[in-house]
Amino acid sequence: MNTQYMLGNEVIAHACLEAEIDFASGYPGTPSSEVIDYLRHQKDRDFYVEWSVNEKVAFENALAAAWTGIRSLVTMKHVGLNVAADPLLTSAYTGVTGGFVILSADDPYAHSSQNEQDSRRYALFAKIPCLDPATVREAHSMMKAAFDISEKVGLPVLFRPTTRICHSKSDAEMGEPGTGHRTGLFVRNPQQYVVIPKHTRVLHKILNEKQAGLAEMLVEGGFNTAEVRGKTAIISGGVAASYVEELISEGVSFAKIGAYPIDATWLSAFVNQHDTVLVIEELSPVIEEAVRMAATTTVVHGKMDGHLPMEGELSPAAVAEAMLSAGFTPTKTYPVVKPETGIPARPPLLCAGCGHRSVFYAMKKVFKDGIFPSDIGCYTLGIQLGTVDTTICMGASITVGSGIAQSGETRPVVCTIGDSTFLHTGIQGLLNAVYNGAAMTVVILDNRITAMTGHQPNPNTGVTGMGVASPPVSLEAICRSCGVSWVETVSSYDLTGILQALKMAKERDGVKVIVCRQPCVIAARREGVRRKPYVVDPEACTGCGLCVKFGCPAIEFHNEKAFITSLCSGCSVCADICPVGAIHKGGAQ
Amino acid sequence: MNESFDVLIVGVGGQGTILASNILGEACLIAGLPVRGAETHGMAQRGGSVETHIRIGGIYGPLISPGTADLIISFDLLEALRYRHFLKSGGSIVTSDAIIIPTSAFTAGAEVPTQAEIINRLTDISCSAIDAAGLAIEAGSILSQNVVMLGAASHVLPLSVEALREAITRSVPPKTVDANLRAFELGRAFLKK
Repeated sequence: MNTQYMLGNEVIAHACLEAEIDFASGYPGTPSSEVIDYLRHQKDRDFYVEWSVNEKVAFENALAAAWTGIRSLVTMKHVGLNVAADPLLTSAYTGVTGGFVILSADDPYAHSSQNEQDSRRYALFAKIPCLDPATVREAHSMMKAAFDISEKVGLPVLFRPTTRICHSKSDAEMGEPGTGHRTGLFVRNPQQYVVIPKHTRVLHKILNEKQAGLAEMLVEGGFNTAEVRGKTAIISGGVAASYVEELISEGVSFAKIGAYPIDATWLSAFVNQHDTVLVIEELSPVIEEAVRMAATTTVVHGKMDGHLPMEGELSPAAVAEAMLSAGFTPTKTYPVVKPETGIPARPPLLCAGCGHRSVFYAMKKVFKDGIFPSDIGCYTLGIQLGTVDTTICMGASITVGSGIAQSGETRPVVCTIGDSTFLHTGIQGLLNAVYNGAAMTVVILDNRITAMTGHQPNPNTGVTGMGVASPPVSLEAICRSCGVSWVETVSSYDLTGILQALKMAKERDGVKVIVCRQPCVIAARREGVRRKPYVVDPEACTGCGLCVKFGCPAIEFHNEKAFITSLCSGCSVCADICPVGAIHKGGAQ
Repeated sequence: MNESFDVLIVGVGGQGTILASNILGEACLIAGLPVRGAETHGMAQRGGSVETHIRIGGIYGPLISPGTADLIISFDLLEALRYRHFLKSGGSIVTSDAIIIPTSAFTAGAEVPTQAEIINRLTDISCSAIDAAGLAIEAGSILSQNVVMLGAASHVLPLSVEALREAITRSVPPKTVDANLRAFELGRAFLKK
């Protein structure tokens, strides 16, 4: 055992090593990405790991691995589980032989997400066990246990950490990585693995039979615990339970829910010993609904009667407020303080030298009345440049674009999608748009990597998650094979070329694709790419401000003159924008 | 009851707040103290305002609520002002005296308070502004500003100088240990004056 100060996701990944996993797959998504990244960067790796092209693909790969009897993990963020929902629901019917753990990381407050859905609902929906750690340390022990539970009951187990577990740090004791690995062996069994109606009706019955004893087992395993200390009680789960433990008064009973399904008999026995129970949890009122079902005369407080918010994340202060609201006395109170006013916002920005910025700039120039559906990635930050009109989920830029184009709307549709997102679920939308004769321009923002989540490789990068070289896929060939007859490729730093390609696209019918290619500036710098920074000639600068409006964080404006800071990465686009040629390549770097 | 010493480290994405918090976390391990932290990852970090919570001696959740931080270490003067409401009564701020001007000031004409105006708005609390960039250059690496700030803050941290030095040695890239240890000493000496 050795104690380390580690990130939650690293602790979770290390627990997988200790549990001797044989197979891991996933699609990056904040806050889940570091689990696979930690696993794939292990020096002495004796298991298989891949970044898959999307969550459905990752899920099915890992499921099949578990069918062969090996221990398998699949990771994704909560909305990724929607993409994988199809195999998820039926994987409960087929069950598994080797331990199969689905990590779906939820994001209360939507720090980096498009919604605040609750993965626990999926586990209940699919009738599979769900583990929900309250602390980083608990995440470690629970992840190890998840594989055992999966093997014991023959079901996938959903492991649901939230942002404040994944991206929290804690001192934690790590065990030794295991070395006993298994080799997959597929045992043919059509009654289990071929879900034709005749088989699936039986499998559904088997799934329901597996429920018996499951909830009791989770109580016996110490995942759901309760301590009676008085006539009032607080029931909590997830990271909120750690806030409650800091604030709960002596004499108030406490139950912690770390696993689902909750044993109704156990819960009822606890709840009905109390006059009042307050339920404190993030996201959906999953525990609260169970508590309300269990309560006979006990008064139940929580989200459903307004003592806690239905949305957002909790904090120690929010938990204290909920306690006070429901008539409980927290051991600490929090001052009511107001943030300072008159401070300019500092939102995240596209980096200096980011290739997306020039594309957005050109799109606005050429398509003044354009409609700009976009997608999920760093480039969603293009909203600040006025070129992101819609974003709903991965791959939906092209489908939203074709939907608008087919609606009777006459303004031109120009959608943007990153390379990883295009390969995730964009291809189908393109195929559909061509097949059904939509008129639109698709711009693929190709930076050769999955950048926003921390630079994970994808089929476009030229390397696998395990670091093995793989031929980079041709985006142009994919587009052509979807039936796109006009595909142009330009450098994202070639503003003139982008403008020209967009003008050509504007004149043509049907679906047009422009691939704007330039490696992510952060990834390129790590690879050793150095470009000379640009400078403004103050004599020549007229102070027109055009370069400033470009929005590059390296361009400042002082005393009526533009000024380029040390953030400049030498992309040269501002030099093309300057109408008087006052920006040029600087000296040695 | 357990009382943790709660430190909020704030700055602009890319300034090294996470490395600074790793050093504090490592120092806690060396000192045998429990510790909890929370960080900003993903989309939120691209040049945006970032915050790292670290609860030295903490055994519960990682988050620090407004009005309860014992110490704010800020790598940017404007960010010190943005997060000052996290400070508890009697707490202190140790901040860099430099401002990275938000891009919105240039693209949208947002008003940015001056250095003097910000310092004026922080006079009612214990606040020390440090020339982190100057001291980092003196130490031999402009990239060591985060460690300069830890040095300056070391007078109020409930961690020994030895534990902090050892944590720096363990946490920074091996080639930069000397520069970072110098940065720590310069930051520490600056506030002693």
